Amino acid sequence: MLYALCFLLFMIGLYCAVVKKNLVKIVIGLAIMEYAVNLFLIMLGYRAGGTAPIVGRGDLQAGAERLTAHFLNRAVDPLPQALVLTAIVISLGSLALLISMCIRLYDKYGTFDITEIRRLRG
Amino acid sequence: MIRVLPAFVIVPLATAFLLPAFGARGKAAATLLANLATIALAVLAVATIGQSGVYEVGNWSSRVGIVLVLDGLASLMLLAVNVVSAAAMLFSIRYMEQYTAKPKYLSLFLLMVAGMNGVVISGDIFNLFVFLEIASIASYALVGFGCEHEELEASFKYMVLGTIASSFILLGVALVYGNTGSLNMAYTARTIQGTGINAGLAFALSLFIVGFGLKAALVPFHAWLPDAHPSAPAPISAMLSGVLIKALGIYALARLIFNVFGVSIPVSWVLIALGVLSMVIGVFLAVGQWDFKRLLAYHSISQMGYVVLGIGLGALILAQGGDPLWASLALLGGLFHLVNHAVFKSLLFLASGSVEMATGTRQLKEMGGLVDRMPYTRAACTVASASIAGVPPFNGFWSKLILVIAAVQAGFFGLAAVTVVVSLVTLLSFLKVQRYVFLGELPESLRGTRENRGSMQAAMLLLAALCLLMSLLILVPSLRTTVLQPAVDVLIEGVRIIDN
Repeated sequence: MLYALCFLLFMIGLYCAVVKKNLVKIVIGLAIMEYAVNLFLIMLGYRAGGTAPIVGRGDLQAGAERLTAHFLNRAVDPLPQALVLTAIVISLGSLALLISMCIRLYDKYGTFDITEIRRLRG
Repeated sequence: MIRVLPAFVIVPLATAFLLPAFGARGKAAATLLANLATIALAVLAVATIGQSGVYEVGNWSSRVGIVLVLDGLASLMLLAVNVVSAAAMLFSIRYMEQYTAKPKYLSLFLLMVAGMNGVVISGDIFNLFVFLEIASIASYALVGFGCEHEELEASFKYMVLGTIASSFILLGVALVYGNTGSLNMAYTARTIQGTGINAGLAFALSLFIVGFGLKAALVPFHAWLPDAHPSAPAPISAMLSGVLIKALGIYALARLIFNVFGVSIPVSWVLIALGVLSMVIGVFLAVGQWDFKRLLAYHSISQMGYVVLGIGLGALILAQGGDPLWASLALLGGLFHLVNHAVFKSLLFLASGSVEMATGTRQLKEMGGLVDRMPYTRAACTVASASIAGVPPFNGFWSKLILVIAAVQAGFFGLAAVTVVVSLVTLLSFLKVQRYVFLGELPESLRGTRENRGSMQAAMLLLAALCLLMSLLILVPSLRTTVLQPAVDVLIEGVRIIDN
């Protein structure tokens, strides 16, 4: 169910990026798509009531087997979180480039309307 | 050899971040350093031929750590990427004098090379995505490097479609992780072999086909390419058309379909359909173009169709359990055409850049009679045109011949006929280029045109020589078995090969 909502968010972003005529709105649509994917990645590793996947000093005294069992049963999956951090940094980079490109386009054309920015054909 | 594998990413990445420090005064030093880096990478790429192995980053075992994988296919791609980038960098020495901020250009160029090398050697799906984004973001900036109206518009269009493609790919990566619990290609492949492809994985695969199809500009997804490639500076057009769409699009797609998901009949048909559509529609859109670089860009779409057709045909024969010999021939044709296209299309773009720099225009109708004015550019352009149109003895002829033989042997006479017809239309459109650019009457305004000498000439002659010499890759059996066949075997053996 939650995954379906996440996918819906992705489709909203895609719709916005494809249909809207304003450069900034297109960029917002792209950002929504990226957020939806990041949310999806986080939810993959999420576990209701789970603990942070960190081994504290007290846990080590409990012995390796109990620690492993505890991890398997309780801790959330840390890998998707690491992936999301990387993905966020990447989307920050591309978002900054997109926005700066919008500013340069506005300088040249004096408009954000994509239907008026049409020097290239076909 | 395997120990120096990270150098393919580290050398260009480190150089890229070093170069902006040179500023405006150290331009010559920065250019020299960038050239040394690309030439060193090209030499290193030649040295990887015949080698294979797995490099575990930071000595973490492949179960938990990041791995870099070198195999036949990876070394073939590394060779294509680094040789073309060395030639394009050589060409830039003189060509980029027209632009300001040359060190920034060199830096972005090297970032793009680092990203492409990373995509090729990465052994897990998420790192493939990360390197793909490095290469893509650098290429968005490079397409808009001129900062004029058209360039910004093309760059924005490219960036929007590229970002959509990246989101699709990342969603696919997330789905693969959710369904198999790993990102390493070998482990993922093993899990998929055990469980079969469920609905989630099938959805991930279709996301990958759309995402990488957008990056490779296959026909329903090609809208950005004819704008983006001509708008970039000529050496960058050469890099984009020559290697970027292949490393980021086709290589990644082939790697995932053959080595991770395993071939299946429906996917093979999708690939064949994409290939045929790209071939036919690309070439017919190209014939009507009057802008030199735009015409070349449409031909890139068409020629990518050949590569995807070869790969799809190979996948279909494998999936149907047909004779592996013909599957191997189809894949050989596809991959050989991929490296051939890398060489001759980058040469064509460099030649178009040379013509544009000398005449100041890209419109075919405004040119003419440059044959005496620019003999070297003319010679290079003729060699590349003959290659792309499939005139023997140049390299393009052999790869198209192999594709046609494979299609006939597999019983697809229609596909073979389409391949030949598209090749003829390609020949026609390059005769048009020859006729309008180099033959005919020299317009009054172009009387003073002079040949570009120095580094631009050297880069073009290098690639023109390669166009001829690469025929040897297929004609000399020992070269074929050391360079091309290992790459084909990686795909044929499918999910078994990256078992480490």
